[in-house]
Amino acid sequence: MSTPAFTLIGFGPEGWGKLLLLAAGLTLVAAVCSFALGSLLGAAGAALKLASSRSLRGIGTFYTTVFRGIPEILVVYLFYFGGSLALTRLMHLAGFPGFFSLPSFIIGVVAIGLVSGAYQTEAYRSAYLRLERGQIEAGKACGMSSFVLLWRVIAPQTLRFALPALGNIWQSVLKETALLSIIGLVELLRQSTIASGATRQPLLFYGVAALLYLVMGQITALGIRTVEKRLARCWGR
Amino acid sequence: MEPIQSATGALSASPVISATGLTKRYGALHVLRGVDLDAHEGEVISILGASGSGKSTFLRCLNLLEVPSGGTLNVLGEDVRFRMKGAERQIADARQVNRLRSQVGMVFQNFCLWSHRTVLQNVMEGPVHVQGRNRHEVREEAEKALDRVGLLNRADYYPSQLSGGQQQRVAIARAIVMRPRVLLFDEPTSALDPELVGEVLKVMQDLAAEGRTMLIVTHEMAFARDVSSRVVFLEKGTVRVQGTPQDLFKGGMDERFDRFVSHFSRQG
Repeated sequence: MSTPAFTLIGFGPEGWGKLLLLAAGLTLVAAVCSFALGSLLGAAGAALKLASSRSLRGIGTFYTTVFRGIPEILVVYLFYFGGSLALTRLMHLAGFPGFFSLPSFIIGVVAIGLVSGAYQTEAYRSAYLRLERGQIEAGKACGMSSFVLLWRVIAPQTLRFALPALGNIWQSVLKETALLSIIGLVELLRQSTIASGATRQPLLFYGVAALLYLVMGQITALGIRTVEKRLARCWGR
Repeated sequence: MEPIQSATGALSASPVISATGLTKRYGALHVLRGVDLDAHEGEVISILGASGSGKSTFLRCLNLLEVPSGGTLNVLGEDVRFRMKGAERQIADARQVNRLRSQVGMVFQNFCLWSHRTVLQNVMEGPVHVQGRNRHEVREEAEKALDRVGLLNRADYYPSQLSGGQQQRVAIARAIVMRPRVLLFDEPTSALDPELVGEVLKVMQDLAAEGRTMLIVTHEMAFARDVSSRVVFLEKGTVRVQGTPQDLFKGGMDERFDRFVSHFSRQG
């Protein structure tokens, strides 16, 4: 209790402020990457689940069932150990003995991205089902190719309908990045743990971490709400 | 019957749209049982019929929103190409169909404006993103089209901020700005409150007076009688009778048609 709390979380030589902010930045980057990957997978998953072919729908359903049904922490473990094992085998075959692990950032982003993609699949799919069929027909009737129709009519409207659900998914992705601390990525939670251990002030640092998560979440939520409000104008609400 | 003279006075040689023996079935349900129709340039054809007669389905076949199960379809001098997939007929050449659709305007019962775009954007969408025309030129033309339907002062509104009649007039502007060779109207006033029907019919009457080729599925008997050059009466998926409105509406040509008309006039 020799050093005051303010100094510990400050930016001086004894302060952890800079490291915590950097770690928060890494959390944000990991969340953005995971969410972006999840968006691509979600769009593809929704396309699969909406396909007319039964086998394609089956693949989509398999994907969402598996990744929504397994605890995230388990997905992270499976990818981390599974990926490392595969890489180690591969390296052995290539004549490099020893243990090789994949970069935890990549593994983490892929794992969380896959899980978030499964949830985004449902968000996009249900948003697509809310589109007015007539507006799609109007696009066809004026000669739009499937690509133009998708890009100019279907995608913007689906996105607008999916936005509230996507906002929720983004919030949970931001929090789930904390799981990456268990595979060694020094993001916000891991950095707070390190600082707690070094200073024996866990409450202080976990409190600061909680605050930083809240701030990041609230600022982005505010942004999403603003976009939502602007878009709602077109739908007369 | 003789091709009708267009407003320009020219007698067009080949029809703009020609359907021969068009059929459409959904499983066991035969909606169209062989419809023949030639639409020549400048003709304004009203397609009448009770609900379930197949009139909307027929119109939707003409721009391939429905794929006809049988028969041939020639649009703007091109035979639409189909291919079989199992027992089902499909469009063989999507590029051909898209090209033809861009020259065939369509106005829907429920307006179907794109709700995420403003009125002006709705009107500019097709010319810019389908026909690839210059945005500035299109803007001018779109504003002219909106002015024509009396809605230039609503250019920056979203469809949800407009009345049904206004939305339908925007939809008409959206169709004509594509410079279509023919316009299809699928019950354009059926979804409107009675007091808004007139403003839409007036715009359509203007278009007809310009010599545009139009096919209109409608329940507006007065419009069919006064504005169209030909009336086609569908019943159970076939053309029961057709002719000039003068001949048909004076009665005595077809008993079923007369009963259909009197039923509507009773309704007011």
